[in-house]
Amino acid sequence: MGTLHTVNKSPFATGALLSCIAHAKDGDTVLMIEDGVYGASSGTNVSDALSARSGAVSLCVLGPDFAARGLDTGRMLDGITSVDYSGFVELAAKSDRTQAWL
Amino acid sequence: MSENIKKFLYVNRKAPYGTIYALESLEVVLIGAAFDQDVSLAFLDDGVFQLTKGQDTKEIGIKNFSPTFRALGDYEVTKLFVEQESLDERGLTADDLQEIIWEDEDDDYAEKPSIRIISRAEMADVMADQDVVLSF
Repeated sequence: MGTLHTVNKSPFATGALLSCIAHAKDGDTVLMIEDGVYGASSGTNVSDALSARSGAVSLCVLGPDFAARGLDTGRMLDGITSVDYSGFVELAAKSDRTQAWL
Repeated sequence: MSENIKKFLYVNRKAPYGTIYALESLEVVLIGAAFDQDVSLAFLDDGVFQLTKGQDTKEIGIKNFSPTFRALGDYEVTKLFVEQESLDERGLTADDLQEIIWEDEDDDYAEKPSIRIISRAEMADVMADQDVVLSF
């Protein structure tokens, strides 16, 4: 079922998240990990780009990385699903391919 | 064996000399070429800088590996997809890229261009059409 895209860089440091979002197809999953989780908060300059694809693309964040950085789940962008490590594995297992946006 | 051929895409999104990604990608492509798979390369974002003409690294002490792209045809790597929008964003056109050709032995060794400039939407289609995506 589509591609699992992983993004591990802050969207404020590189264009990886925006490029990923621009190339993800409907039905794909975008999982923000490591510093990528900074993209999951609302009220940022990438929020609108993510929200525009939310739904068509499943947006996820790796919960442990989000929590590690002290980010507030109450300020997470609407429509983002938090997954744990086993959830990450499940996403990888059920996807046709994975693509890392380094 | 032919039924075991998989579609491999090497995704290049980094400029050539600031990090080791670009050179490592090319090394992996050359190694992987020994395995008779259906290989494509994608160049988008800063990855398009890898293919520019006129690279001269003499004074930075790093090997200029850009000519190596022209050898890929001999390894049956003949599909180099370059994203138009990434060129546009960087003030580049197709004329700024080196010419890379391959010889089609099934067509009287006709010389054909390896670089195919495609739109961002087409790049998304190429990515979604792969069995394996390797990112650099």
